[in-house]
Amino acid sequence: MIRLPAFTYLAPRTLDDAAAAMASHGAEAMLVAGGTDLYPNMKRRQFEPTVLVGLRAIRDLQGVRGGARDGITIGAGTTLSAVAAHREIIAHYPALATAAGLVSSPQLRNMGTLGGNVCVDTRCNYYNQSYEWRKAVGFCMKKDGAICLVAPGSPRCWAVSSSDTAPVLWSLGARVRLSSTAGERTIPVEALYRDDGIEYLAKQPGEILTDVLLPAADGWRSAYLKLRRRGSFDFPVLGVAVALRMDGRVVGDARIVIGAVASQPRPAPAAAAALVGERLGRELITRVADLAAGPAKPLDNTDFTHPYRKKMTRVFVARALASLAGLEPAGRPAEEVA
Amino acid sequence: MSVESGGSSAGSARATDGGRFGRGAEPPSEGKHEFAVIGRPLPKIDAWAKVTGETRYADDFFLPRMAYGRLLRSPHAHARIRSIDATRARALPGVYAVITGADLPRVKFGILPVSQDEEALCTEKVRMVGDAVAAVAAVDEETADHACRLIDVEYEPLRALMSIEESLAHPEVRIHEYGDGPNVHKNVALQFGDVEAAFARADLVREDVFFYEGNTHLPMEQHAAVASAGPDGKLTLWSSTQTPHYVHRLLAKILEMPAAHIRVVATPVGGGFGGKLDPFAHEIAACRLSQLTGRPVKIACTREEVFYIHRGRHPVLMWIKTGFTKHGEITGCHLRTWLDGGAYGSYGVASTFYTGVINPVTYKIPVYKFEGARVFTNKPPCGPKRGHGTPQPRFALECQIDKAAEQLGLDPAEMRKRILAEPFTKTANHLTVTTIGLGECIDRVVEASGWRAKWGGWRSQSEGASAAPSDNRRRGVGIACSAYLTGAGTAVYWNSMPHSGVIVRADRSGGVAVLCGATDIGQGSDSILAYLPAEILGIDPKDVHVHPADTSLTPVDLGSYSSRVTLMCGMAAIQASQRLREVVARAVARKLEVDPGALAFRERKVGVPDDWEKAVDFAQAVELAEAMHGVLAFAGSYAPPKRAGKYKGGGVGPSPCYSYSACVVELSVDEETGEIELHDVWIGHDIGRALNPLLVEGQVEGSVYMGIGEALMEGQVFRNGVHKQPSLLEYKSPTTLETPEIHTFLVETDDPEGPFGAKEAGQGPLLPVIPAIANAVYHAVGVRCDEVPITPEMILKGLELRRRGKAARVGPERIPRFTFKEPVVVESAFGQPADAIAVRPFAQ
Ligand SMILES: Cc1cc2nc3c(=O)[nH]c(=O)nc-3n(C[C@H](O)[C@H](O)[C@H](O)COP(=O)(O)OP(=O)(O)OC[C@H]3O[C@@H](n4cnc5c(N)ncnc54)[C@H](O)[C@@H]3O)c2cc1C
Ligand code: SF4
Repeated sequence: MIRLPAFTYLAPRTLDDAAAAMASHGAEAMLVAGGTDLYPNMKRRQFEPTVLVGLRAIRDLQGVRGGARDGITIGAGTTLSAVAAHREIIAHYPALATAAGLVSSPQLRNMGTLGGNVCVDTRCNYYNQSYEWRKAVGFCMKKDGAICLVAPGSPRCWAVSSSDTAPVLWSLGARVRLSSTAGERTIPVEALYRDDGIEYLAKQPGEILTDVLLPAADGWRSAYLKLRRRGSFDFPVLGVAVALRMDGRVVGDARIVIGAVASQPRPAPAAAAALVGERLGRELITRVADLAAGPAKPLDNTDFTHPYRKKMTRVFVARALASLAGLEPAGRPAEEVA
Repeated sequence: MSVESGGSSAGSARATDGGRFGRGAEPPSEGKHEFAVIGRPLPKIDAWAKVTGETRYADDFFLPRMAYGRLLRSPHAHARIRSIDATRARALPGVYAVITGADLPRVKFGILPVSQDEEALCTEKVRMVGDAVAAVAAVDEETADHACRLIDVEYEPLRALMSIEESLAHPEVRIHEYGDGPNVHKNVALQFGDVEAAFARADLVREDVFFYEGNTHLPMEQHAAVASAGPDGKLTLWSSTQTPHYVHRLLAKILEMPAAHIRVVATPVGGGFGGKLDPFAHEIAACRLSQLTGRPVKIACTREEVFYIHRGRHPVLMWIKTGFTKHGEITGCHLRTWLDGGAYGSYGVASTFYTGVINPVTYKIPVYKFEGARVFTNKPPCGPKRGHGTPQPRFALECQIDKAAEQLGLDPAEMRKRILAEPFTKTANHLTVTTIGLGECIDRVVEASGWRAKWGGWRSQSEGASAAPSDNRRRGVGIACSAYLTGAGTAVYWNSMPHSGVIVRADRSGGVAVLCGATDIGQGSDSILAYLPAEILGIDPKDVHVHPADTSLTPVDLGSYSSRVTLMCGMAAIQASQRLREVVARAVARKLEVDPGALAFRERKVGVPDDWEKAVDFAQAVELAEAMHGVLAFAGSYAPPKRAGKYKGGGVGPSPCYSYSACVVELSVDEETGEIELHDVWIGHDIGRALNPLLVEGQVEGSVYMGIGEALMEGQVFRNGVHKQPSLLEYKSPTTLETPEIHTFLVETDDPEGPFGAKEAGQGPLLPVIPAIANAVYHAVGVRCDEVPITPEMILKGLELRRRGKAARVGPERIPRFTFKEPVVVESAFGQPADAIAVRPFAQ
């Protein structure tokens, strides 16, 4: 068995204690919630913290509050199973329930949290490998090395944002609350991310994500489609989140955000803009899908070939739109049975 | 999932009577369908332990003072070892010992006598990423791990050869010094009759090229072993192995110690599929480390290491040329295969033959030529995986038949039925086939699947059947058939001893102990060893204690491979049980003053059926027998009939009997995404007799599931010399969600060679699944995928070709320039009647 390295585990009961622990241990420490991403990564020595600050004992991080009319607040420590099964979320933010319900496998969703999913590490098949494997291939800059093996010569890392919920939250206009010894701040979820495979989060390491805040549902409809090889277990290698609001018979407002094609979720504002003021018909959908697929630049570092993932971006955007338009069933996104 | 079973007429034309030890073993007073145990869906005897987590696998063994071992493995695909310096590792607190190849006798070994090319710890060269070079024993796994990182190995990298083409193109780089040519491990050619003349007689001659990617077994249990060298100098190894006997023999050779001083115990195996059939570095290192430290040493491999241990499916490139008459009959077939063997020999010579010799068992192929070559590459060694060498050519032949059927305008199901091999005859390559239930298998799946309506004739392929006009998904059905051996007719080393032995012991407790060297790898062999004696002795399987797979206690069984266990152990168990029964019957007969032949054994009693009140309890019967005879321990032995063809290479392929399977698959293909969704699999399997239909069903479903993985996603793929995805997450294997409804139909042909007529179930049903899927994909969208796994990308490529008006075929374009050996030319034995079943070795 691959063993976890030795570390100290702290189990604070309050947010303040957690923030203080992070502050005092500095770069040595990492936060852990469900541990479904972090522990396997630690086994492979992708992270080597000597202190883990566990969030599971903090009550304030649990649960869903509020309603669709005024917006809801989801504690970062809420499990994905709970998010996927929450009635209000299913009814009014269906894409989020879908995305949460498609993460990994039922067992992992029972442990994995929404906060952990939002902060989940970026992925690359040169990187999500054991220490020995990475040594055999030659270490890359994301851990232990200096170069990029996918794009040699590139000064940056292109590891892929692989969260299912992140593109959906972005498309829903969600905000996140961060807390540290320096205080609290609330930022739009898009401001949490950076297009860099290594420094993919634009927050201080000591900042704890405490809540995800969804705006009032307010007539928004949403859909999420996920591409992966199998109906369960697999990370997304493409995720398409679409949210739109009708204004009479035409589209009033729309957001399209593509996951797993870059180091952060990638919005497609031009495509979304092309929807506004138009009726959702097949021709429009085709045109918008082409526009949305334009910026997607997947590289060859996940399952499936990258030209295929690019090709599927168009198909998936079209299918997500068609399903929101009531033109066809939404493909086969929800194969998972919880 | 549904199962049905039924009797067959197809195999009933029998050449001989089964004799005393085959079907004839039925107790005389009990009719054919009145078995007490046989044919009933009983739980496995180890089921409770398995489902409650009580089963103790090798990694669950903890012994006092036990040390933990770890192997240091090569990071290079091909390199010379300049030096190994373990000074820093030895100095680490908690490290008990560090060994390299220098600490082991300098002997090379391999499972086959002709391929002695492995070292447990490499001394001169490493030939793949993952080759072991050193081993550590330490106080815990973390320390052992750490110590491995402190071993300094200096390598001189050599060019790595990562494909068949590359290895053949670079004869100046030699992976091994031996073989049939530079980087050619084995080059074989066999010819039975004049193929050119056969093609000249044909109305249609097709030549096709196929590629089958390699894949791995993926057992849930990772390999693990615990070794303990005793103060008396003897050594015990507990290991998750499918073949304790071969490991025992080879350990004696590798460690240069008397086999009499070594004991190998196979622990319950959490899945084998052929991946635990060789002696491995971790087993040998654990033994040596235990000898050096005086402590028990456990080495449990990581999932990644299991990918390097491998011995899985060979990637095989194939060229197949077949002549057909306009009615679909095959006039002759010529097959060439190139196997990517990986870094070592393993079972590769056998695998090479297996890519050629089993195809003729299914259909009438009067003239046959086979040429095969196994090439070394710098990848984990390939070997036997479920179906050993035969799924690849099966894929080629069945897809080619589908293409021929279309050209000839024939229903591919009908066509196959027309060309079935004849029961109790010989094939072109001198294999003797006995019963054949394939015709009925085809009938059952054709009927249950609604084949005729769904297939509906060869349609113009731009007109796939689609569920709704706006739907991008198109439905299709495909069919394929296969055959597989029920136990290899020869051992991996030449000998004339039994292939399997069983001791049945009874005492006054009424309990019966069964000792047999066989290893239960999940297939249920322990259960079979309880059912058969229970049936013969009229007791409950629960009264039987099975003690398997311990080389000090149990008679030798060669191992769990080639689907040999139920048949061979079963026959030995029947013989031993019969011997016990005779003695018990004599004692009871004396007491009841009746003829022993008049006695029945049932319901834990022995008595005369017409006077059952007088029947004595089994325990009491045993007591009488023990008093009369002394200790009751009886042995049974089995060796297969000697029927190998009298030509060089004739030893691979013969089997007491062959199982047959037919499969229909229904699926749909999304023309936009290329994704394939399986809806239903109907599979008919000629099992001879289902000793326990539940276990057979489990084997059939497991085979179907594994076949689906090979057809659609699994691939042992390398990038820059390194396995691209050695993890359960990224090596894609289907989940339950990808597994469709599987409808199983068991066909019983009551084979004279098998125990109570049984044939194999563990491997054969995998074979037709892969080509049936490829054929269904063609039926759905008109794309011929002549390569597996069939990925969405391949489908889209095929559709794109079709749009551009080109042949919608995706697959290999070329075959290597390669000179095969002059063939061994033998006359075709096609159609000759099977020899009457001679008395089997050890039958008396
Ligand atoms: C086999 C497998 C398959 C998977 N498949 C998917 C998939 O399909 N889709 C997908 O999106 N994910 C997948 N995952 C990843 C993971 O399971 C999920 O992303 C999960 O939601 C992570 O949540 P967690 O609570 O377990 O996070 P953890 O592992 O505890 O943490 C993940 C990261 O987030 C940080 N973190 C956690 N909570 C907070 C917080 N409150 N504030 C700040 N930082 C925090 C941690 O420091 C760490 O860096 C998979 C994982 C595995 C092992
Ligand atoms: S994208 Fe490049 S740098 Fe980043 S993880 Fe992959 S190989 Fe390493």
